[in-house]
Amino acid sequence: MNETVSNGKFGQSVKRVEDARLITGRGRFVDDLVFPGQTHAAFVRSPYAHAAIAGIDLESARNMPGVIRIFTGRELADAGLPPLPSGWNLSSVDGTPARVGLHHALAVDAIRFVGEPVALVIAETRDQARDAADAVLVEYQELPTVVDLAAAIADGAPQLHDGIAQNRAFEWEIGGSAEVDAAFAAATRRVTLSLRNNRLIPNAIEPRAINVQWSAFDQAMTIYLTHQNPIGMRGFFAIMLGLPSENNLRVVSPDVGGGFGSKAPAYAEEFAVAFAAKMLDRPVKWTAERSESFLTDAHGRDHLTTAELAMDDDGRFLGLRVHTLANLGAYISTSNALVVSYMYATMLSGQYAIPAIHARVEGVYTNTCPVDAYRGAGRPEAAYLIERLANIAAREIGVDQAEIRRRNFIRQFPYQTPLIYCYDSGDYEGCLDAALGLADYPGFAARKAESQARGKLRGIGLSAYVEACGIGPSKLLASLGGGGAMWESCEIRVQPGGSIEVLTGAHNHGQGHQTVYAQIVSERFGVPMDSINVVQGDTNRIQAGTGTYGSRASVGLSAAVHSCDKIVAKGRAIVAHMLEVDLADVVFADGIYSSAASNRTVTFVEMAQAAHGAASFPTDQIEPGLVATSFFDPPNFTYPAGVHVCEVEIDPETGVVEVVAFNAADDFGNVANPLIVEGQVHGGVTQGIAQALWENALYDPDNAQLMTASYMDYGMPRADSLPEFGLCFWPSPTPVNPLGMKGCGEAGAIGAPPAVINAVCDALGMDHIDMPASPEKIWQLCRTREVS
Amino acid sequence: MSRIELRVNGRDVEVEADGRTLLTHALRDHLRLTGTHIGCDTSQCGSCTVHVDGKAVKSCTMLAVQAAGCDILTIEGLANGRELHPMQAAFNDFHGLQCGFCTPGMIMMAVDIVNRHGRPDEATVRAELEGNLCRCTGYHNIIKAVCAGAERMGEVA
Repeated sequence: MNETVSNGKFGQSVKRVEDARLITGRGRFVDDLVFPGQTHAAFVRSPYAHAAIAGIDLESARNMPGVIRIFTGRELADAGLPPLPSGWNLSSVDGTPARVGLHHALAVDAIRFVGEPVALVIAETRDQARDAADAVLVEYQELPTVVDLAAAIADGAPQLHDGIAQNRAFEWEIGGSAEVDAAFAAATRRVTLSLRNNRLIPNAIEPRAINVQWSAFDQAMTIYLTHQNPIGMRGFFAIMLGLPSENNLRVVSPDVGGGFGSKAPAYAEEFAVAFAAKMLDRPVKWTAERSESFLTDAHGRDHLTTAELAMDDDGRFLGLRVHTLANLGAYISTSNALVVSYMYATMLSGQYAIPAIHARVEGVYTNTCPVDAYRGAGRPEAAYLIERLANIAAREIGVDQAEIRRRNFIRQFPYQTPLIYCYDSGDYEGCLDAALGLADYPGFAARKAESQARGKLRGIGLSAYVEACGIGPSKLLASLGGGGAMWESCEIRVQPGGSIEVLTGAHNHGQGHQTVYAQIVSERFGVPMDSINVVQGDTNRIQAGTGTYGSRASVGLSAAVHSCDKIVAKGRAIVAHMLEVDLADVVFADGIYSSAASNRTVTFVEMAQAAHGAASFPTDQIEPGLVATSFFDPPNFTYPAGVHVCEVEIDPETGVVEVVAFNAADDFGNVANPLIVEGQVHGGVTQGIAQALWENALYDPDNAQLMTASYMDYGMPRADSLPEFGLCFWPSPTPVNPLGMKGCGEAGAIGAPPAVINAVCDALGMDHIDMPASPEKIWQLCRTREVS
Repeated sequence: MSRIELRVNGRDVEVEADGRTLLTHALRDHLRLTGTHIGCDTSQCGSCTVHVDGKAVKSCTMLAVQAAGCDILTIEGLANGRELHPMQAAFNDFHGLQCGFCTPGMIMMAVDIVNRHGRPDEATVRAELEGNLCRCTGYHNIIKAVCAGAERMGEVA
């Protein structure tokens, strides 16, 4: 890592600006806000996973102290609150649109997963609302449940939605089926794999929260919402609430305590609370309890997949055939149709030149919490599959796991995969060598022997992932079923005194945007970082934006660069008049305008003052003021890649898998702030290791109760779970944006799970074990092997 | 309703609260000290950690009435005016926070660890932080920050 500095340029480890308020308790999160006349909301939630609602008795609850009003789903629907909107239109392979099960903000006739909200209580205090929610009597008629994917599509399975037979939402395909058949016909070797990609619960430490103010007089609403995309949410809420226009709605996301995808969807509870605030004409606040987060924050992953890989005798990959059942949960969450299709199957080529690939994904409803984007969103599922197959292929051919990858790496860029994407740049083998160097790969045999002497099983696992970040261009995404709008905006306002405001529609929930945007603008203008204020998350300040997900910082920062360029260019025109020289002779460097034709210079701040004074240039030729806005629509995705190497030691007596070393070489393109980027990798790798070893959202197969619904039952990574990681960057800057940045947010969660499971399988000498590799599972395996 | 007298961040205060009101709610709702966060409902996450009579306590595990007469220190009272506590400064220097939601609890716990262990080694810090959850950082930079903060606290003392 570079030396840490307080004020620096692009590429330096600048300490974060936003920390000051967060380390002193002065951060502002949604639950911290209280408004005059504040009321509080609590939800009545279904204790069953599948039931018809036969009746709701509100009588005793209504008479509880402090209760203002109780809403049912029927009441909200009758008052005009429509079912939740879909964020993506996916079509099945036969051209028919996805079969969408209607999702009401509060259940109307039936509930389909445990925790689904049935009624909403508004009271003067939080405790009063919760007490009254407990007193609401709902009569349920229990229905049979289904959790398992294969069971859900079987004949006679419990059906969740009227008219949607076998719970099938869509059957989507990509790639060339005939080409893959031909590849398999020509292949001399093949391997197969069946796996489950385990369901995860995102667990941002700040629970979801909303506080809504409504002014009936001027039909204006303000929503304070903990969300990754507040600007984008304005449109959703305006439509759902039947507001005359977006001008009647302000959405503000202040500090947001982590997201990981789970704060990107449009949620049922938030719509219900906003609608209730409008009907009551008083502010309504709801903050989820952790139990509610476990039950209702959109979950991640949950695939059941079978795959076949065709090879020649040397282990060169010829064809890949994939079939995935994707668990949608009880409803299709905002972006999930995209996540399980284009965000997943397009990445199945991995880092390898595979001439023919075909994938079929079937979306299936079950009596579980809806699934949506979780750190990586489809890309981890793809990387896990191909990286597991690569190791099984290496065993089949009898070559080292590094060697099978070398034989199949893509070596020329740009590279058009058979699955829409065109990889921008990379050096996969260079990255592999860097990672193997960090991990002392040649020294593994000695370490394994040393472990063996202590009665431990040691294994090493590689994964060579590639993913897609940035997300764009708009036209491509629109053609795949989205609404387009994959650009990001950035407005830069230089004030009369020379201080600077940077306004962007991206939104920070831990990524350090306030620092990185300021770094880039500070460098471009040659002014200190503390003269720059980065503004996010308020539709009254920011006109347009698309939020933060999919490592989109490169998109917003590119817009910032373009706005900087416009300001600098306008400054040159102003300075030409100030110095009475030709425009072509004015140059700008390190915050100073100068000209060979003059011995005078003008600082950036002096130029800004002149721009506002408007007395030193002809205002019929140059407009006064100093503001620039840019929208950057990425011409392509970026494709970050890397190689992760995990070393585990297994105690066969206890089944405990210990990660003893984890090293990663990552290509994020150019790195804006190594301190921040390494932090992103630490967090991502930790979530990835946790998926592989501990985390698993488990529903009871008999009644669809969530059995891992608290921090006592769900395997969160803790401070004592992990070793220190070894990291290095191996950048191949991308040509698709002006900064050469690719993005780093998801990488760890994508690269780590296959590296860990490859290491576990290496230690045990087996083809495959499903995640999580829990002590119980490993202990059973070791025990069976001893017996046999 | 009970009237509870306690000392918070060096000031004597009074809180009118139900018998069932948790200390964490008294701090946040009644005294508007919102730096103490609530991240779970099972006393697992540690985001609400404060000091009660000099010892780290998860403020969701204690009723406000139990804190009557106690001396409470929250994250808002840790810095000396504009001068950061050495542990706060270390979290900034070592990028020990990302979203910042668990951070107040982490810092209050970290100060307590140093108060009990002096200059703990990495393994001790990892074991002692087992009851504080962070979803962003993978704990790495938190561990570095706590070790560095411990050094600096030792120099100040």
